[in-house]
Amino acid sequence: MRSRLIFAGQLGFTLLVAAFLVVPAVLSMVAGVTVNYFRGVQSGLTLQWVVQVWELYAPTIALSFVVALATLAVTLVAGVPAAYALHVRGGRVARAVEEIITLPLAIPGLAIALALLLTYGGFGGFRRSWLFILVGHVIFTLPFMVRSVMAVFASIDIRTLDEGAASLGASPLRRFRDVIVPNAKPGILAGALMVVTLSLGEFNLTWMLHTPLTKTLPVGLADAYASMRLEVASAYTLIFFVMIVPLLVAMQMLGDKGQQA
Amino acid sequence: MSQSNFLRLCLAPLLILTVAFFLLPMARLIVTGAAGPQGLGGYVAIVTEPRYRATLINTVVLAAATTLVSLAVATVAGMFLQRHRFPGRSVLIAMLTFPLAFPGVVVGFMIILLAGRQGLIGDITRLVAGEKVVFAYSIWGLFFGYLYFSVPRVILTIMAAIQKLDRGLEEAARSLGASPFAVQRDVVLPALKPAFVASGAIAFATAMGAFGTAFTLATNIDVLPMLIYTEFTLAANLATAASLSVSLGLIAWAILALARSMSGGTVAAAG
Repeated sequence: MRSRLIFAGQLGFTLLVAAFLVVPAVLSMVAGVTVNYFRGVQSGLTLQWVVQVWELYAPTIALSFVVALATLAVTLVAGVPAAYALHVRGGRVARAVEEIITLPLAIPGLAIALALLLTYGGFGGFRRSWLFILVGHVIFTLPFMVRSVMAVFASIDIRTLDEGAASLGASPLRRFRDVIVPNAKPGILAGALMVVTLSLGEFNLTWMLHTPLTKTLPVGLADAYASMRLEVASAYTLIFFVMIVPLLVAMQMLGDKGQQA
Repeated sequence: MSQSNFLRLCLAPLLILTVAFFLLPMARLIVTGAAGPQGLGGYVAIVTEPRYRATLINTVVLAAATTLVSLAVATVAGMFLQRHRFPGRSVLIAMLTFPLAFPGVVVGFMIILLAGRQGLIGDITRLVAGEKVVFAYSIWGLFFGYLYFSVPRVILTIMAAIQKLDRGLEEAARSLGASPFAVQRDVVLPALKPAFVASGAIAFATAMGAFGTAFTLATNIDVLPMLIYTEFTLAANLATAASLSVSLGLIAWAILALARSMSGGTVAAAG
């Protein structure tokens, strides 16, 4: 009897927490397709708000994807070889480098954005282009790629594979292309999903770095929350959910597969 | 090409990016913080100037409260989910972790939908008590926003730690006559300490620096990120904004470094 009461209590509490997290998201999705949120769903369902958001913000949403994919490209080029070098070299220097590139995770985005503005704000062309946002996103997401790839290297003893290939006479470049990268694939994939998800949702840096002509999706969200009707803001949030949830699900599935393996 | 040259080449892009777009700007930020009319005193002012000090205290208290409540919530829910198997369990876990990818602005909007002027809580309280409760734009809104942000993160770490707990220890304690409460207090909670430290530090550091949620909600709540933002954009007070940013970064980094040395594992914040 008593244990059943405890079970019910815990279940109730857990459900309450889940409701706290999920109910507003559901409300937002409903509000985004409701004619008049104040009157409720009885006022009818519509896609007019979604269409309106799309007309207003399509370039913003497109730029978000451009930035996210460019961020991914840069983190792949800079992160994967670096993870390999850091792993093979090891030692104190490698640890120090890892520590430094991980710092942007601890330092608030606002501070990094301010630092970038102070240093490069004067370079007008660069400041005004979306590359300025790209730089911020790269600094923020690089550690995720590097760590994700290094985690794989640590688990499969890449050094032995590498040395084996070397003893057969393969050049460093060839080994990197034919041995290292194929073996690092799970880490690269996990890191890539992380980088794209984080870049699409990044606000703290982006809000400071953006210009009226270079807005990304979360910046548009903040605009909409501040100045639009609840329905429009909700419709915009709905679009964001539609984009981010599949990425999250993919990440979860990848994580489950990693646990089974 | 020799192996060591190749490794250097592998590291080059990362090092160039990091030096040019992180280390150099951070150095510039630190210098700017001391370049105001007060010089290095700009850093001291954070503690001596009453308005800045009050904001700093506000921010720390809010972050600490968020951390403690997130840990408590995550432990109760995580323990329950990890120790019982029932239909719908995986759906419940998914519900508790899916807001992981929401940026701070979206979290702010979620709180507005819950407790804003047209919010659900306002509607319910008006029906039940006849009075509309609206707290989204106060410090309570911010607190719940941070909670929304950190619960999914904390719960993942705690659940993983609970899964690794050795149930034999609990059974041993019970067989020796310990009450369920004593088992929790003396066996389970101490074993979870590294997970508490690691996830608590992330929650704390993230709440200290969270800007998006505060930006969406807080029209007149003084927390450090908002103060930095207003000093920078409205007052164009570069030196103060910089010195506050450096201090905020130092606090967040120190908390994470401390947690890492305490828990021995790797700790990384996100979001």
